[in-house]
Amino acid sequence: MRDLLPLIQNETLKIWKKKRFYVILLILLVLIPIFTYAQMRVSQTNAVHFKDWRNQIQQQITDLQNTLASDRVPEEWKKYDRIEILRLQYYLDHDVNPSSPDAVSFTRQFMASSVSLFFPLMILAIASDLVSGERSSGTIKMLLTRPVKRWKILMSKLVALTLYVSLAIVATGAVSYLISGAVFGYGGWTMPVFTGFGVQGGTIDASGVHAVPQWLYLFMQSGLIWVSCMTVAVLSLMVSVLLRSTAASIVTMMAAVISGTILSGMTSSWESAKYLFSVNIDLTDYLEGVPAPIDGMNLVFSLGVLAAWSAAALAVSFGIFTKQDILN
Amino acid sequence: MTIEYKIRKLDQEKEVLPQKLELEPEPDGRDKRLSEAATVLSVRGLKKKIRGTWIIHQVDFDVKAGEIFGFLGPNGSGKTTTIRMLVDLIKPTEGEVLIGGHSVQRNPERALAEVGSIVENPEMYPFMSGWENLEHFARMQRGIDKNRIREVAEIVRLDDRIHDKVKTYSLGMRQRLGIAQALLGRPKLLILDEPTNGLDPKGIKELREFIRMLADSGISLFISSHLLSEIQLMCDRVAIIAGGRVLSVGRVDELVAQAGSYVLWKTDRPAEAESLLLQEPQLRILREGEYRMDESALAHLEGAVVTTVPEAVLPGLVARLAGAGIAIHAVQRVAPTLEEMFLTLTEENES
Repeated sequence: MRDLLPLIQNETLKIWKKKRFYVILLILLVLIPIFTYAQMRVSQTNAVHFKDWRNQIQQQITDLQNTLASDRVPEEWKKYDRIEILRLQYYLDHDVNPSSPDAVSFTRQFMASSVSLFFPLMILAIASDLVSGERSSGTIKMLLTRPVKRWKILMSKLVALTLYVSLAIVATGAVSYLISGAVFGYGGWTMPVFTGFGVQGGTIDASGVHAVPQWLYLFMQSGLIWVSCMTVAVLSLMVSVLLRSTAASIVTMMAAVISGTILSGMTSSWESAKYLFSVNIDLTDYLEGVPAPIDGMNLVFSLGVLAAWSAAALAVSFGIFTKQDILN
Repeated sequence: MTIEYKIRKLDQEKEVLPQKLELEPEPDGRDKRLSEAATVLSVRGLKKKIRGTWIIHQVDFDVKAGEIFGFLGPNGSGKTTTIRMLVDLIKPTEGEVLIGGHSVQRNPERALAEVGSIVENPEMYPFMSGWENLEHFARMQRGIDKNRIREVAEIVRLDDRIHDKVKTYSLGMRQRLGIAQALLGRPKLLILDEPTNGLDPKGIKELREFIRMLADSGISLFISSHLLSEIQLMCDRVAIIAGGRVLSVGRVDELVAQAGSYVLWKTDRPAEAESLLLQEPQLRILREGEYRMDESALAHLEGAVVTTVPEAVLPGLVARLAGAGIAIHAVQRVAPTLEEMFLTLTEENES
């Protein structure tokens, strides 16, 4: 470990000096005000139409029930609507507003909806050129001819990457709390959020449901986001080891991540797709009680799949990086 | 010349290094000392197969402490692949590289601590300053402090621009920063791959002087080049590689001497001179195509007779020509260049 610390310092410094993290902050500083504004307009519209948030939820439930009655909606989609109705009803019964406009709720919702695409994108900005960048710039020759074992170099890159992944998640939370708070107020930490919805087939099992304060929910959710992000990070590190071109490794990883989003919407009949990493990346859905895209998926299963993919990616990365001939 | 200093330095090195003596009978005192000096780099039976094709067939040579060793070969001869095997960028299929007695393959952490290298271009991180780059590489090795970084920056005369971003550096400055990086760990051996590539004549001259200065301070240098004149100007010994094989290893001047030299005769009556010269049994006249030398050497001696002849009989021959009333405009000895020697060796190898 004493050997590794200066190497980790090197890698952390290089990512910082390449200004990759600034790019992420910049994107956040541009996007979050846009989403905050959109959310503000939604709240204003709702406030005009519904004096009480209960009426609004009731209206949502009625709308969903109308959809269910329609013949034009496929049966597969109706399943989601039924569960959503049950979920909303649960909030209504317990007199808790599920979409209260405050900074913490906004942050929670923004982060939950970012996990499938926006977070992976940010991770790729940092991870995809960790090794391929050294290769295309030729600095890998300087790096690997120093008296340091190769696995230590890759390990230091992995640790630095983990640091930045964690920092990106914290920064996303902080920026979105600070910006949205200016509009919605900085409250909402202790608001109860229901979690523990067990989704079995088309029915919702409310026996395990319990309320947690929103700060705790946000914390648990960030933990799950961290797991998804680390899987993406480790996989893109592997792609970066395998491919020489940074552009190629970004495109490859983006394709993999996007394919997961697309597959989630259409794989209910292709069951073995649940072993793909990108279908399992939306871990926060389990916390919210959104039904999984494929039967048989649950939090433990998804964590297992992500862990297996990560372990395989690490094995491939280290196996290849330590033995590979540097020919270019 | 600072030969004395160098020898003293070599003696010190010997105490540190595990000794590996290679006794070749060599003429003058300095080279005798060199031949007894410790071997810093030893390459044994190096072979490399890439995707089913043998790229390197057989490479063996030794580099001794304090010498400037040239590694000469045309592009595609396996020079760069060999250099990459020396510094653990490529794993050899067979054979071994020892640096300071440590195997690069089995103990890279020890072996690579003894060597500084620039493989191909001196590529550093452009988004960091020269100083930050040096700090970066200093962290990868123990016992290198700020003073050492300052020291190497001064050695390569980069101290005034060291805090500027590397992307603002000229190629020459990048080259020097690369060398500074290579010197950080006080290596016994410096490996420079085609160091004159892309430098202007002034830069090349500076680099040559700099390399000599480093050698005088006791560092061994391993310099690859496809420019034979560069090797001739810089190196003590040379290994010639072609087609993935080392064709010859030896002192640069000995190799030149081995290849022999030509004597050119420029007279007012070439035909008569030729018949007179042929009376000397030890003299041989070479026709067009039988000799290889710089075209420029012939430019001033148009119509000259090209011969090979032992030095001892030269004065007699000159007297005989003069006695016959032939006007001698020039008698000139032309050493074959390494180019010629290289071609000879390659042909021998092919046949």
